[in-house]
Amino acid sequence: MNPFSYHRPTETKDALSQIQKANAKFIGGGTNLIDLMKEYVEKPSELIDVNALNLRGVKTHADGSIDIGALVSNADCAYHADIQTHAPLLSAAILAGASPQLRNMATCGGNLLQRTRCYYFYDKATKCNKREPGSGCDAIEGFNRIHAVLGQSSSCIAVHPSDMCVALAALNAEIHVRSPRGERVISILEFHRLPESTPEQDTNLHPDELITMIRLPANPYATHFNYLKVRDRSSYAFALVSAAVAFDLEDGGTIKSARLAMGGVAHKPWRDLEAERMLTGKRPSKDLFATVAKHVFAKARGYKHNQFKVQLGERVLVRSMTEAIEKGVKR
Amino acid sequence: MNDIALTINGQKKNLTLAPWTTLLDALREHLDLTGTKKGCDHGQCGACTVICDGQRINSCLTFAVMKDGSEVTTIEGLAKAGGELHPVQQAFIKHDAFQCGYCTPGQICSGVGLIKEGHAKTDDEIRELMSGNICRCGAYPNILAALKEAMSK
Ligand SMILES: Cc1cc2nc3c(=O)[nH]c(=O)nc-3n(C[C@H](O)[C@H](O)[C@H](O)COP(=O)(O)OP(=O)(O)OC[C@H]3O[C@@H](n4cnc5c(N)ncnc54)[C@H](O)[C@@H]3O)c2cc1C
Ligand code: SF4
Ligand code: FES
Ligand code: FES
Repeated sequence: MNPFSYHRPTETKDALSQIQKANAKFIGGGTNLIDLMKEYVEKPSELIDVNALNLRGVKTHADGSIDIGALVSNADCAYHADIQTHAPLLSAAILAGASPQLRNMATCGGNLLQRTRCYYFYDKATKCNKREPGSGCDAIEGFNRIHAVLGQSSSCIAVHPSDMCVALAALNAEIHVRSPRGERVISILEFHRLPESTPEQDTNLHPDELITMIRLPANPYATHFNYLKVRDRSSYAFALVSAAVAFDLEDGGTIKSARLAMGGVAHKPWRDLEAERMLTGKRPSKDLFATVAKHVFAKARGYKHNQFKVQLGERVLVRSMTEAIEKGVKR
Repeated sequence: MNDIALTINGQKKNLTLAPWTTLLDALREHLDLTGTKKGCDHGQCGACTVICDGQRINSCLTFAVMKDGSEVTTIEGLAKAGGELHPVQQAFIKHDAFQCGYCTPGQICSGVGLIKEGHAKTDDEIRELMSGNICRCGAYPNILAALKEAMSK
């Protein structure tokens, strides 16, 4: 690991001034950053530990929106009574990821910024535009089983690995950030980006911006929701494909509104707003779900080892939609 | 170098460490507490599980400096002072919940954390919430049996 100096500010303003130092990085739970530092993929010279900042706590407002502090652990968020009641889709997604130990450590802020698990990104002996801009992408012609089928570019075909972020995308979360320039709010849909020709940039966050909290707007999706994750073993593995689905149904069963977000298929959680509109005003049915899933993957393109993700993605989406409808009925 | 204080198994320890020392390396290399194992060093196996401020964590993915002031319990600290084993340790012996034993300290600390968290009720929930601990010997059925017994106490 590269040597670095360590800082543990207790005031946000100090954290925001320390992050201005050359090659400085924030650290939350450390579960992704330390992993990458051990591989020399990340080489910060200053580590700004944010754990002593006052960014904890889950707060529910009168209008039903919920604020989740950036330092709330993934476990505390998933098991929080208000999240389980008002945003159970988020609980389900978080609990589908990593392990209990890692969820105790991982922060919600850090989860948003976790980096891809592309094997080449982790391996300094290979070419990777994300790790070393301009060097090439060994995944495109290499072993690309876990890679993207939607929204990728000729520079990078990596996927965003988070489960939490897929649910946040379905729930239209807002990311609140602070820098010396002030505060701003970034929609989760604008937070992560597609690789285009600059895959080294995972998100639209500036390097000196501190994530302070995640706000979940009030939502009607606490009954008919589902997070379905398909992976190589039944637990403690990243998604090959996952689908967060939520419906608001009329009393008669017609779909009032729908949310669909997919994980494991793109460089960001993949929301398809047009597919959601195709569901609105319709009665749930096998045919409808199949048509919608076909639409979501209509422009998908696979590679030598991940072609299977296109059909798997459609099936996972159909099953997740079906289970979301059934889940509400059983209650 | 950074000066830090950790309470390890009830004893206060002052350490001077390079900030890039993981909690796992601090325990094994600086405090000679080698019960906590290094399997993968990347959060992928659970062998390094310890209980930090009441929560099970992977000690390989945190820096010791980040835990300055924390209380850490390792496998060496679970038994009572007189030597009486922790109920999870006793249950592991009774149910033969290991073969080579390499994953066992992590499994036991993880099991202690799981019981404290209180989210696992069914066999499937125990399996799922123990999934952060890999056992290359495949002692899983006996680990499950041991934890069920310890939970019922
Ligand atoms: C073996 C293993 C399996 C895993 N499996 C899964 C899985 O199945 N699903 C899944 O979703 N995840 C999985 N994870 C990833 C895990 O969820 C992430 O590592 C974790 O969420 C990162 O959070 P952290 O607080 O530890 O981040 P850190 O490692 O501390 O930081 C990550 C990044 O965020 C930045 N950062 C942290 N906090 C802030 C802040 N407040 N403001 C600005 N920047 C900040 C850091 O600078 C760093 O760049 C797995 C991890 C491991 C090691
Ligand atoms: S897919 Fe992206 S992360 Fe993986 S090697 Fe190519 S450029 Fe790097
Ligand atoms: S050594 Fe820490 S999880 Fe494997
Ligand atoms: S007993 Fe050998 S690895 Fe678990």
